[in-house]
Formats: sequence, C-alpha cells, structure tokens
Amino acid sequence: MPQIFPPRSNLFARTSILGVLVLLAAAVAGGAWYDHSSAVTKVGVPIEQPVPFSHPLHAGALGLNCRYCHDAVDQSAFADIPPAETCMSCHSQIATDRPSLAPVQESYQTGKPIEWNRVNQLPDHVFFNHQIHVNKGVGCETCHGRVDQMNQIAKAHTFYMSWCLECHREPEKYLRPLDNVYQMGYQPAEDQAALGSRLVQEYDLMSEQQLTNCSTCHR
Amino acid sequence: METTKEVPVLEPGHSYVSVTEKISEIPLAKVRRMPLAWFAGFGVAFALVMLFLFAVTNLFIRGVGLFGINIPVGWGFDIINFVWWIGIGHAGTLISAILLLFRQDWRTSINRFAEAMTLFAVANAAMFPILHLGRPWLFFYLMPYPNKMGLWPQFRSPLVWDVFAITTYMTVSFLFWYMGLVPDLATMRDKAGNIWLKRLYGILSLGWRGSARHWHHYQSVYLLMAALATPLVISVHSIVGMDFAYGLIPGWHSTIFPPYFVAGAVFSGFAMVLTLLIPLRKLYKLEDFITQRHLDNMAKVMLGMGLIVAYGYIMENFAGWYSADPFEIFNTVDRYIGAYAPLYWGLIFCNVVAAQLLWFRRVRNNNLILFVISILINVGMWLERFIIISQSLSKDFIPSSWHLYVPTVWDISVFIGTIGLFLALIFLFLRVFPAISIFEMRELVHKLKHHGPDGKSPGPSAAD
Amino acid sequence: MTIDSHEEGRPLDLASFRQQLATRKGREYWRSLNELAESEEFEEAVRQEFPRQAVLLGSLNRRDFLKVLGASLALAGLTACVPQNAGKILPYAVPPEALVPGKPVFFATAMPFGGYGQGVLAKSEMGRPIKVEGNPRHPVTQGASNLFMQASILDLYDPDRAKSVTNQGQPSTWDDFVAAVGAAAGANAGAGLRILTGTVTSPSLAEQLNAILAQFPQAKWHQYDPVGRDTVRAGAALAFNQPVDVHYRFDLADVILSLDSDFLFREPGSVKYGRDFSARRQPTQSDTPLSRLYVVESSLTLTGSNADHRLGVKPSQVEGFARALAARLGIDAGGAGGEGVPGENWLDALAADLQSAGEAALVVAGERQPAAVHMLAHAINEALGAVGNTVVYTDPVELSPVDQLASLRELASDLDGGQVDLLVILGGNPVYSAPADLSFAEAMPKAGTSVYLGMYADETAALATWHVPAAHFLEMWGDIRAVDGTVSIIQPLIEPLYGGKSPQELLAALSGQGTASGYLMLREYWQANIAGGVQPTPSAGEEQPTPSADETQPAPSAGGDFETVWQQALSDGMLPNTSLAATSAPLQVNLAALPGAAAAPNESLEVVFEPDPTIWDGEFANNAWLQELPKPLTKLTWDNAALFSPQTAEGLGLQEYDLVELSLRGRSVTAAVFIQPGQPVGVVTLSLGYGRAQGGNVLAGTGFNANAIRTSEAPWFDSGLEVRKTGGTYQLVTTRDHTSMENRNLVRSATLEEFMQHPAFAQEGEGELPSLYDPVQYPGHAWGMAINLNTCIGCNACVIACQAENNIPTVGKDQVDRSREMHWLRIDRYFKGSPESPEVFFEPVPCMHCENAPCEPVCPVEATSHSAEGLNEMTYNRCVGTRYCSNNCPYKVRRFNFYKYVDDVSEPLKALRNPDVSVRSRGVMEKCTYCVQRITAARVQAEVEGRTIQDGEIRTACQQACPTNAIVFGDINDANSQVRQLKETPLNYALLGELGTRPRTTYLAKVKNPNPAMVEQA
Repeated sequence: MPQIFPPRSNLFARTSILGVLVLLAAAVAGGAWYDHSSAVTKVGVPIEQPVPFSHPLHAGALGLNCRYCHDAVDQSAFADIPPAETCMSCHSQIATDRPSLAPVQESYQTGKPIEWNRVNQLPDHVFFNHQIHVNKGVGCETCHGRVDQMNQIAKAHTFYMSWCLECHREPEKYLRPLDNVYQMGYQPAEDQAALGSRLVQEYDLMSEQQLTNCSTCHR
Repeated sequence: METTKEVPVLEPGHSYVSVTEKISEIPLAKVRRMPLAWFAGFGVAFALVMLFLFAVTNLFIRGVGLFGINIPVGWGFDIINFVWWIGIGHAGTLISAILLLFRQDWRTSINRFAEAMTLFAVANAAMFPILHLGRPWLFFYLMPYPNKMGLWPQFRSPLVWDVFAITTYMTVSFLFWYMGLVPDLATMRDKAGNIWLKRLYGILSLGWRGSARHWHHYQSVYLLMAALATPLVISVHSIVGMDFAYGLIPGWHSTIFPPYFVAGAVFSGFAMVLTLLIPLRKLYKLEDFITQRHLDNMAKVMLGMGLIVAYGYIMENFAGWYSADPFEIFNTVDRYIGAYAPLYWGLIFCNVVAAQLLWFRRVRNNNLILFVISILINVGMWLERFIIISQSLSKDFIPSSWHLYVPTVWDISVFIGTIGLFLALIFLFLRVFPAISIFEMRELVHKLKHHGPDGKSPGPSAAD
Repeated sequence: MTIDSHEEGRPLDLASFRQQLATRKGREYWRSLNELAESEEFEEAVRQEFPRQAVLLGSLNRRDFLKVLGASLALAGLTACVPQNAGKILPYAVPPEALVPGKPVFFATAMPFGGYGQGVLAKSEMGRPIKVEGNPRHPVTQGASNLFMQASILDLYDPDRAKSVTNQGQPSTWDDFVAAVGAAAGANAGAGLRILTGTVTSPSLAEQLNAILAQFPQAKWHQYDPVGRDTVRAGAALAFNQPVDVHYRFDLADVILSLDSDFLFREPGSVKYGRDFSARRQPTQSDTPLSRLYVVESSLTLTGSNADHRLGVKPSQVEGFARALAARLGIDAGGAGGEGVPGENWLDALAADLQSAGEAALVVAGERQPAAVHMLAHAINEALGAVGNTVVYTDPVELSPVDQLASLRELASDLDGGQVDLLVILGGNPVYSAPADLSFAEAMPKAGTSVYLGMYADETAALATWHVPAAHFLEMWGDIRAVDGTVSIIQPLIEPLYGGKSPQELLAALSGQGTASGYLMLREYWQANIAGGVQPTPSAGEEQPTPSADETQPAPSAGGDFETVWQQALSDGMLPNTSLAATSAPLQVNLAALPGAAAAPNESLEVVFEPDPTIWDGEFANNAWLQELPKPLTKLTWDNAALFSPQTAEGLGLQEYDLVELSLRGRSVTAAVFIQPGQPVGVVTLSLGYGRAQGGNVLAGTGFNANAIRTSEAPWFDSGLEVRKTGGTYQLVTTRDHTSMENRNLVRSATLEEFMQHPAFAQEGEGELPSLYDPVQYPGHAWGMAINLNTCIGCNACVIACQAENNIPTVGKDQVDRSREMHWLRIDRYFKGSPESPEVFFEPVPCMHCENAPCEPVCPVEATSHSAEGLNEMTYNRCVGTRYCSNNCPYKVRRFNFYKYVDDVSEPLKALRNPDVSVRSRGVMEKCTYCVQRITAARVQAEVEGRTIQDGEIRTACQQACPTNAIVFGDINDANSQVRQLKETPLNYALLGELGTRPRTTYLAKVKNPNPAMVEQA
C-alpha cells in the first residue's frame, strides 16, 4: 500500500492539536483586549470641538464653578450645555475680538445653535439623572474625571453598566461631602471608608438592593 | 423470545471481506453507480433546504410576527418543532450507548445510522430556540459570560438549563459518533482508490493504524463515552419537559412531564429510525445486515415506550380531574371537545391506538405496516407537542384574553424546511460515511463464527 | 416673539418658506424637525423673532419653542441610542425664560369639544406638548379627563393634517387668502355671505360674529353640530318658553331615572357627571348612601351598563313610558295612561321609589329623545321637588341658542337657491356630517366661493374653494365656556406646526382686519370686558402635585388690575367666578295639550344613531389611538357596525359579520352585522363617524357611514328600517373572543342586601396561602394599586392615558385581529344573565405586579425582575423575546412587539413621545410599569428636598385620567395611604388570588343597589 502521508505529518498532527488551542486562546484574549481598548471605549480620546473652549482655563485657572455653565446639573436630569448667551455674559467685554470666539458671537447673533460634539453619551434606554447624583454627594470628577486638566474634553470612563454598578453597589467608596461635589482633585480629609458610610447615613441613601433595581436606571 | 431467535442479527454466509466490501462500496461508489433514488431524494431535500433558508431570512428581516403566535399563545410551531426534533434525537444515543452497555448485539448494524440521525435531529432542534426569539441576534444573552453589563443569566429559568443540556448533548453525541467512525474511516482510507480521497479519509481517521494498543485504548474510551452519554439521554428531555412543568398554565403545571417526555422522545426516536431504515435497507440491499430481527426489536422497544406514553396521557387526564382545579378541568375537557379536539384525538389514535398493533408479530414483520405505523407515531408525537404547548396556552385563566393559534405559511415553511435539512444531511451522510459500522460488523462475524448465534457462550471479548 | 412685532403687523417669516415647502411633494413639510430648525430661512425667522431686548412674556415665548425644537429634540435625545460619541448636542443660543432643560412645564388651557370647553392641563417637555390631563382647578373636569382629551395630543402631531392653504386644491398662502377673501366678504352688505359654525360658546368669537353681522347686515350666521343638543333646547323651550340650560347634581341624587340618556358619556358635562355619580356608588362609605340608577334606553350604553335596573326598549317607546310614569306620579300627561307600554311592571315600583326619594330623585332625559320627553322629565322633576336640588337651571351657556338642524336646513336651501356668494365654514366637516336629506354635498358647490377652516383635507375641504388649515387647540389663542359657563382660556403651547389658523384669526381676515394676532384680539377683548368686572380672586380647586403653570409665569408686570387677573387666568386656564348662577324657570306648559306620542308599529324595525364611543362624530376618525381603542361594550376596533340583539338577528336570519343593506326612507347604506347582548329587540344601532371618504390615512376604509341614511327629520332614531342581506361578509375585529366569565370568580359582585349580610362576600374561601418560604419583606415603600369596580364606569379614559404616557404604539386592524394589540391596560367586559338583558361588568386589568410573579423566574435573561419596592420591572433592552414570561402570566397583561410597531418614520410623531419612557423596538416584551417614570421623578424630588414621598404625590397615568377615582395607587406600607385603606375594606379581593401570585393590584368587589320590590317581581 503506497504511503499517503509523509512521516513528519505525525508531528504536524500532534502540534496542530496544541496550535488550535493556542490560536483560540489568542483570538479570545485579543478580541477582549481590543474591545476594552480606547479604540472602542473612546476613553481618553479628546473630541474636537467647533470652539476651542478650555476647561483648564475656566474651570481650573479662573476657578469657575461647574454650575456657572452647566446650570441645570443640580435641578434636572440634564446638566445643560451653556447657551451662547452665557458665554457672551463675559465675552461681550473680555477677549471680544478673539477669532476663536467668532462662532459663539455668530450663534448669539443669528440664534443658530453651536453644534458641539458630544463626548459622553449613554444609550437611549439608560435614564441617568444628574440632579440626584450631585445632590447625593457624587462629585463631577467621579464620572467626568479631571476636566480642569483636559484641554479638549475626553471621556474619563467607559460608562459601561458594570462600571455604574461599582458605585451603585458600594456607594460609600465614592461619596463626598456636598461642599466638595464640584471640586476637582478632591482628596477625602479622613478615611473614605468611615466618611463614606457616614455620608450614606447622612444622605439617607437607598439600600444597595434598591440602587441596583433595574428600574432605577431603565424604564 | 424463541421465535425471534430464529432470525439472526446477520444473515449467514458473510466473511470479514464481504461485510467490508458491501458496506464500504456505498460511499466509495462512482457517481454513475449511485442509485437514482439518491439523486431524487437529495434533490427534493435540497429544495426544501432552500425554502428553509428563504423563510428564515425573511423571519430575521421582518420579525417573529410572521408566525401565527399571539398573546396568549406565545409559542407555536417554533417550540413544537424544537421539542419534536429534540425528541427524535434521542434514539441514536440510546441505541448506541445504553444498548452497548446492555451488550445488545443487535444494535451493531443500526447504531451508526441512528447516531447520525440523532446529530442531525438535534442540530435542527438547536436552531429553534434561536429562531423563535424576538431578537435572535442577542441569543448569547442566555449564556453565562463576563460582560460589560455585569449581568448573569437567570439560572432559575428552564430555558437556561436547556442551553446547557442541549449543547452538552450535542457535543457528546458528536464525539461519540465520531469516535465510532474512526476505525471505519481508516478502512475507507485504505479502500479508497483516489489519492485525494485517501488523504481526506486519512486526515479524518486521525492516523488510525488498528494496532492492538489503538484497539485497547479505543474500547475503553468508547465504553467510557457510552457511560457518559447514557445519563444525557434522560437529562435532556427531562429538562425540556420542565420548560412546561415549571409553568403554572393549566396543561403545563404537571410533575409527570419529565419522565413522560423522555419516554415520548425515545418513542418518536425509534419511530424515526424505522421510518428511515425500512426504505434504506431496500435501496442499498442491506437486508443481510439490517434483518427482520432488528426491525422486530425496535418495534418492541416502540411498543414499550408507547405504553409508557399512553400511561402519561391517562395520568394527565386523571390529574386534571383529581386536582379539582376548575382551570385544569376546563383545559382537559377543552382537549376533548375544544377547537383543537381533532388534533387531540388524532394524537391518541397515532400514539396509543396504532401502536397497539405492534403486539402482533405479523405486524412487526410486515415492513409496510411497520413503516406506516412509524410514520403515524412521528405525526402523533408532533401533535402531542402541539396540544401540550399551543392548546394549553390558548385558553388559560382569564376568558377575555383567550385566543386561538393558527399557523401561518411561514410556520409551515420553517417546519418542512427543517425536515428537508434533516433529509439532506442524511443523504450526504450516506454518500460520505459508512452507514453501518464496518468494524463492529466484523466483530459480529467473528463472534457468530466462534461463539454461536446467541454470542453468549464464553470466549475472548471483542477487545482482543 | 414680542408684542411689538405683532403690533407692527410683522408676522413670523415662516410663511414664505412654508409656501415653498407646501409646494414640495411628499408626506412631510420637513424631512425632519432638525432640518426645519437649521434651514437658513428659518434661522432668519428666528433672528427676527428674538430681538435681544424683547421683554418676553412667559405666556408668549413658549409659543416659539418650536423654533428650537431642533435643539430640544437633540436635548431630549441626549441619550439617543447611537454608537459611542456620535451625534451633536445643540444648546439654545438664547434660552427661553423659566425653563430648566429636561424638566416638564405644565400649562392650563381648554379643549373645545362639542362647542364646550374642557379645562385641561397640558404637559410640555422642552417645548413639545406631550400629554393632556384634566385641569384640577377647573370646576368641570376637576383634574379628570375623558378619552377624547387624552387622545387630542395625537391629533396635534398627526402627519395627515392639512399642511397649507389651498385654493381650488392648489397650494396657496395665507396672505393670498386674506387678500382674496377680505375683498369678497363685503360685497353688497354681505347679502351673499353665510357663516357656518359649530355650537359657539366663545365670548370673543361670538362678539366677532356679531360684529361681522353688524358690518354686513345681510349676512347670516348658521350653527350646526352633528351631535347637537337641539332636543334639549327644544324641550326646555317647550317647558319654560325660554332658553334654559339644565344641569344635574348626581352627587345629591338618591334615585336616578335615565330616559334614554347616556349622561356618563355623551353630555358636555359627562366628566363631572361621572365623578358626581360615582361619588354615590361607594358602599363602604356609610356617610353617602348608595344611589340607585334606573335606565330605560334604546341601545346598550355606558350609562345603561352601570344601571341597577335596565330596560331596553325601542326609542319610540320611551315617550310612552315617560307619560305613563308621569301619570303614575299624578301629572296630567295627557294621551296614553301607559297601558301596554314596555316595562309596565316597572311603573309602580319606580314611581314609588322616585316619590320616596322626593327632592333627592332625578329624572334625566336623553339628547336622543324628542322635546316632549325632555318636557315630561322637567315636569316630573318639578313634581318631585327635585328642581333646585338635583336639577339646576341656568341661563344658556351658548351665546345664541338656535335650532341647529333648522339653521342648517335654511343654509342648504339658500345654497340650493344660489343665494350664497361666500360661504365660510369654521370646522365641523358638514359635507360628511350633514343629514342626508339636506344633500349638502350637492348644495355646497353652488356657493360662489366657499372657505373651509379644517384640520384635515377632508370631504368638505375637497369641495371648498379655499381650505385653510385649522390650528389645533394647543396651537392657538382663544376662549370658550365650559358647560357650567366658566370662561376657559385656550392658550397655545407650541407654534402652529402646519401654519394652522384659529377661527378668530380667520374671521378677522374676513372682516378686513387682515392678519391680526389671535393673542392680541383675545387680550384686547378681555381687557375691554373684565377691566372693571371680574375681581382677581384665585379660583379654588385642589393643588396638583406637579409644578403648575403659575410657577413658570413671570410676575405680572405693573399693569394694574387687568394684568393681575389676566396672568392669574392664564395660570388657572380660566377666568374666576364666571360660572353661571342658578336661575328659576317656572314650568309654563299644559301637558295635556301635548299631542299623544305616535308610537311606531311594534313590528317595524327601528334604527338608532349615536355618537361613536371612540371617534365621536368623526372628528377623531383619523386618531389611531381612538380607532384602535376597543369600544367599551362591543370591544370592536377600527370599525363601527350595525348592532342587532341576538333575538332580532336570529329573526332576520343574520350571522355576525354578514353585510346587510340598511334602507330608510329610500336611502340605504351597507353595514356589517354585530350581535350585541343587551341591544333592545327590534332596534338596530349604528354609530356616527365612520365610512369617511377623505381626511387621512388612518380613517381610510374604516366602518360604515350612518349619515347616509340619517335625516334631519329624525336625526337620532327612526322607524321603518329595512334590512336586506347582501350575501357578502365583512371582517369586523374585536378584542373579545369570549363574553362570559365561564363561572370563574373574576368579577365579584353582590346586591346591597347581600353585602349588608356578608360584608366579606368577596373574600369568602380565601386567605393567606401556605408557603414553604418566609414572606419577602418590603421595608421601604411597597407600591400597590386598588381598582374600585363600584366606581369604574368603563369609560376607557385610562386606556388612552396609559397609551399617551407610555409611548404605546398602535398596531392596526390586522394585528388586533391576531390578538396582538399593545394596550398595557385593558378593560375586560363581561356579561351576566340573559343575552337579551344582561348585567354588564367592567374590570380594568393592568399588570398585577405580583409579589410571587410567575413571569420572573422563567425569563432566561432576567429582563423582568422584582424591585425592592415590589415593582415587577421590565427591562426592555435586556429582553431577547422568548415570550416565556407572557405564556406564564395568568393575567395575560404582557404585550409583545411581534413586529416593529413603533412609527419611527413620521417625524412629527417623534416629538409626541414621552422622553421619560423608552421607545420599544421589535421583538421585546413590554407591560404596565405602574408608571415607574413618575415614581422615579417623585422620588428624586422628594430625596432632593430631603423628605419622604407623600401619599397621592405619585399618580399613575390611568389614575390621573380616571374621572371617577376608580383607580388608586400608593404605598401599601403607609397605614394612612388611600390605597391601604381601600385594601382594608372587606370588598377588597385579588384577581386569581388562589394561584398564590400575591398581586399588588387588587379590586374592590361591585355592589349593586337594585330595588327590592322589583327583585321580588323578577
């Protein structure tokens, strides 16, 4: 009977068993890695904006409170994007002739909205409410990061559901005193564990079970 | 049993060679030597596969609204077919695993085919849990895997158990079937004329050389697999039964479902094997290998299972009455006289009445009648699932929401489409692989030669 | 926009590009509202509309929200489901005042209905009106609403609305129209000018009309409402020789007799009547004894199905019955003494009961019945001493009460005679709705020029020379009186989407005032009329929990008295103290002088016309919500039908769904047969509003046109109907496959005596079921609902309210036929007793929110789960659509998106959606959530304010809409909550409680109050 396979095919057969396993593992690992990379999550990827607004300058150097522009954040689900009018309240006096401000002035005159590019976006079926979070001691920084250090705003976290749940399951790890909610670079004065659990009492927070009800965020 | 002993499990006058030749020539035949019936059958089956693909594409594009389902009847043909196919998929493993453990030598010439049929049936069944979803592209939500939502499936839900049961069953059945094929693939490799065919079979046979060491390992692993596969035969359909037993709908809420579903499954499985084997042994002139003895035994198994199923029906009715629950009673009566009564009496006729004919040897030995009965049982078991699933749902607790279920052309296309797929796979299997286990037939020849027809007299086991 | 911009007559520059768009082919003006917001012409318009220095009136600037609808859509869609970081975010350039982005604002306005104002509170989300509720401060609606108010919001966004002025069917512009008509009107003192309106109760509109009549002395003003109240007017005129409005006080009535009156549904005051009536149907409240309702009616109505004693008779026999009863009560009714009248066996017991009730008795005559019956009712009420107690007379609310059929007849003959040069029709679609014998469709084209103000390109628009799109009431300024006379202010929440005009604006153009602003006309009118008159007294009325309009009103500028009153009026939605005072109307008629009732021969078949229970007279025919809403008694959807009693149908050899030709006075119409238990023998009922030829895509091909055989001599019922089988059949679709309860204990009921003897009859044989597990504890809130079957009148308002609140799609006739309707809340209707005169029961069935919910453990992906407060949650986005949960739900309250039912093609409808509720995609399950978005909103508010949620602070949409407070939602852990107290009454029972599901929604069993004397008889 003629040989239909050369001797080395035995070796090939054996290695291929291992090879398949290795390749499979590599594929899975690679896929997972890519899926969590900023290419997909966009975390830390700056977003180009029509107006080169500098948070470091306004929120950092000048120390404007977040609410000066995002004025609905403590009253409404939506934090609000400042209308051109808000910018003009200062920039009708300051740096009026700066070319980068032209779009703002134009918007203000024509009434045509500035089309900002969205940075943070939750899917349609997630009902996030800024009001309750800032009123219960969740700092802006906790979700949005050090905006005072971002020349162009970028997403600070994945905003995956599992990420939200980290805090909804153990809020005491993240809560701040209400005075520090709008503060950037806040460091707890005391041990966060103690402070957190005290604040949970103080704020009369919902039970963990309730914070993790589906209808807390989905309806 | 005196009588059936007379019919051997292998007609006399066969040698190792003749057995090998006879079986291996089927897949190795030149195309022009293939029976026309093969082309005809495969042609029809293939057309049905196209219909299936068309229907499923449309289903994915437009949604499950294409089916006749509604509120209250959320499950129709989709789940009926699922349960039916999964049931059919029981014969194979039972024949090869359980009968192997019981050392039933008559399994030898049918186990290969039965296992193949099992695989194809389960493959069909496994599609329906996905096809019936409102959002099929999200089927993977049913599987436990680390995800961005930080969520797990609902492990209390029988549908999740189904996922595990079916995938396990499929994997094990496949491995078991392939294990069995390996030595024969080697034979094919050696017998094939064309070098490429040799290479193909060579790769598939994983370098089997038939050394004593090979055989030693092989036998032990094969027995092990058999032991592993056996509990699955029970578990899979028990869990499918629990899909319904778990619900509180009158007609579902019943503890007898798991055993009763398993019996029904084996019942329909054997029926399907007969439905396929009777014409095939004619077509390929395999009467020598698949003898009356085989058909007779299978018929007996069917009769036994049929009786268990009949007992199930009786208990269902009894429980309905004994529960003194108005809803249960109403549902039971509705089966007798309601809109679906013809289907109910149809299933009683097919599964209970027709099956009783199998008491008579003359019937068991008359292939035509046996064939008809096996088909009736297939139909009957399908009707049983229709009654359990759709009839129960159509009239539950609150009359204002009662509504009947009427299948649409899409329900039907998908159903016969899967039948086409099943047959197409069978035909391809016949063309590519030896439909009967060559090496086990050789063992049988050996056994009969050295240990007499009953194979019971002491002697060296097949392993050496 | 500013007042200046109006006074300078500088209209919004939208007109020009509207015209341009109008000439564009296609379904929409704009491909998208964003496109509108961003197009250049538009921005130009916006710039003109927002001069920076303008002092914006809160009441004004909200009209302009549409202009930034692009922005608001972007904001509302902040969480739009698109790939990460796609999309823009558009802030306002200059924000409107008093708006917190993302927070709803409520405005009080009024919905015109049948000529009368229904006070409503409209919810605006980022400038988009998305929900209409009753106005709690309004004396008639008192925070409640009916299905028409709830559904009106869909009409606003209806993509089928007329989108531009047309002349001879060609697109034209408002300016061209003003120029053309302004000139035509004045021709020879308006000799050829005819104005046709509906019932007019708007003071400012009436003044305008009178001004025009003064300006053109020869001109004539006609009024016609297809569901008019001529018989009521005539009856009053007959009884008192003066126009008088009659008001009933069902809350004071112990014994009520309805003579073919459907006061729970079709009276202008029905919302109030429903509330008053149900206030006396609460067996557990000892302070208010149960009232008893007798109904004698000529087809099964809501009122009849709520009766303790119901008698189905032919419509022509009601008068005989009334006479006989009058005679029994010692009134010389002349004519028949009542021998041989149907229900003879009733008379003695009934008369006795009425007499014993005395001034607490009440007899109500139906709008369907002729003047004589009304007069008899007045006489009986007078005799019983009910007048002044349960019956109140006032001066008419209408500003010029006329016999509308006569008025229309006159107009038709004038048209025929070619005496009409300019015909102006303010709404109403008379070509469709006019009685057949006036053949208005033939007459109308004989007018030189005809102008039609209507929301749709309907039958009348097709024949009109000019068709001007009418403004929806949420788009216009105006005023209207409620049935009690209260002047309600109609104020817009949004700029007219399709350039619609209000009647006032059109009349202004007619009287040569050009394009005057509706707002200014209204303001000037009231400035002139309440300057000294009304004092600014804040009107009474419960405070609604939601932020009310006045919080968003800027403080009245130093405008003196009027400004204060005006701002208060805008805030309340009405002018205080404008309801009419009771007057005394002496009965001045000799009953004996009345001609005896000519009772029709008994064997003759009689036909009854009635406004449709869901689409009224056709006004709402293009409203998909109402078309798909199962009619309360037939449960038909998408069609009307000729209703036959089982016996009559059998006699005529008719099967359900047969097509029959109904012939009357030489005219005929084909209709499908529907067999209705409770329908009087020998009576065929056909409802109005269907069989429309034009006016939208929704109404196309629905139902059968009753107006084809309806004549002005006999608008409500007629005898001599002939029925002929055509041999064909027609697929009617109903959501009931089954009418009986199969002896299952679903609706539990008893008579008052039985209740007195066994107060706990509803709970017999029930108790806590044993369980292997410890009961789950709900430490915080535990939400629950109680539905009171005693007060539920089956009016369907809750179903539409739920649909509007929760973005529930409609699925169409075919899908309803496959039992795939999506209503989260359904009203089960069961018949009990003989098919000829059955008892009727209504049972609203929302999700029960079972504590042991069968749906939860079966869902393989945990898409439906249990909350810590006991809510049975549904997470749409986790759902893969196995439907296992629905299969396992004993109440079958879950609904499945078998296809993509949501209409994401029609742009306007996107603006309608409630941004707080997910829009569901194909293949997911959905169901009642107890309006979890409202619970969450209330919780956030409470937590921010550092308090607990108050009882009554959260009201589900169905509860808020319910006119009879039949639905109560709240925290069952709170011992003082209303829902807890209801659940503690002995009437409380759980539907299918024996299954151990421990539903959070429970029912209060129904207690009927039949007359013992008559029970013995039967």
